[in-house]
Amino acid sequence: MENIFYSLHDFYICTKSMTYIAMGLGVLGLLGWWLFLTGRDETIRKY
Amino acid sequence: MNAEHPVENIHKKKIVFNPGKLLSSPGNLLTAVILAVGLCITILRFTKGLGGVTNLDDNYPWGIWISFDLLCGVVLAAGGYATTSAYYLFGLKGFGTAVRPAVTSAFLGYAFVVVALHYDVGQPWRLVYPIFFSPGTTSVLYEVGLCVFLYVSVLAIEWSVAAFEWLGWKSIRNVIVRLTIPLTVLGVILSTMHQSSLGALYLIAPSKMHPLWYSSFLPVFFFISSMFAGMSMVIFEGTLAHKGLHDQMDAAHLQHADKVVFGFGKAASIVMIGYLFIRIFGIAMDNNWSYLATGYGSWLMVELGVFVALPAFLYAIGVRERKAGVIRCAAAMTVLGVVINRFNVSLVAFNWQLPSAEKYLPSWMEIAISVFVVTLIVTAYRFICTYMPVLREHPDYEAH
Repeated sequence: MENIFYSLHDFYICTKSMTYIAMGLGVLGLLGWWLFLTGRDETIRKY
Repeated sequence: MNAEHPVENIHKKKIVFNPGKLLSSPGNLLTAVILAVGLCITILRFTKGLGGVTNLDDNYPWGIWISFDLLCGVVLAAGGYATTSAYYLFGLKGFGTAVRPAVTSAFLGYAFVVVALHYDVGQPWRLVYPIFFSPGTTSVLYEVGLCVFLYVSVLAIEWSVAAFEWLGWKSIRNVIVRLTIPLTVLGVILSTMHQSSLGALYLIAPSKMHPLWYSSFLPVFFFISSMFAGMSMVIFEGTLAHKGLHDQMDAAHLQHADKVVFGFGKAASIVMIGYLFIRIFGIAMDNNWSYLATGYGSWLMVELGVFVALPAFLYAIGVRERKAGVIRCAAAMTVLGVVINRFNVSLVAFNWQLPSAEKYLPSWMEIAISVFVVTLIVTAYRFICTYMPVLREHPDYEAH
């Protein structure tokens, strides 16, 4: 992406926004990955 | 030796030095040749200096000895803290049989990092100065040195339990066994500090490193990658030990091998996906997307796609389908991937703007010394596993 930033503030608004969105997707991705990883584990009930 | 329990009396084995028998197998002969060549180059290094054997220059004061012997040596020895913390701190009892092999390889890995460092520093006799005479408390390198010094000491004490059992020194062995938990906690703290600080060393050179590998999160990348590198190395070493040292293992080690593989496979998979995400966040934070369309970008995608995402997926498939072979394959790929990452950070991405003619390529003697050091580690590991209770329990002592 060849964005032109005229101030450091602009740069951070853009990059931090993208990173926070990516982090949200990452959390969902990790949750999905964990479900995939443990999908065939035997359920252990301790109650 | 008892035929039904071949390892039952193995701890009584005496050390026999028979050069004729030692050199009879091709593997031992190759080892002898490597050690002889390594010794000759060692003499050259310490008589002619760094310039006599290396291609290092002012642009590249750190070469393959730092990239491979130090960075890769330290990260691949992370199995020590990963396994001891899983067993002693998190109470995962299925990892019990992996503790001693992991501690042994971690101790040897770190000990030979220090040996290799003597080749790389200009005045090796001054290596102790930062610790005992002139501590540079504001330096990241000082922190790395201090942590490695302390952690080698911790690993030596942890590993000495096997040596004392072999020697029959019960009282001192029992004292050290009582210190296991404090030593494990200290080991985790020191590992967290120096694994991340090795990444922090490169924060000083933002203008020399390629933007795709330079990030203010480098210490985080190094620490998180050390976690799955350590776990993968335990699986990888276990696989090699099963092939080469099968006769040294007792029934418990053979029985629990797959439990360790599945446990670490699952943990490595989730950590690797987390690592992949934070590497992408690093690119987003610095807005480096445009570099992905370059040659360096393609190489980064190979590093992350083939050596992080793919093994993480293979680990997951192996765990879901209960296929230990797939996990072992993923472990080998991960180990290779971590080695590639350390080379990328310290050599490929470093001085990326220099013309090709001025780039560093290691001399054959530098490579030979690295092979020499690895051979020393393997030889020492084989000796220890043959004589000491590492891959088996000693019948006179209770497991701790």
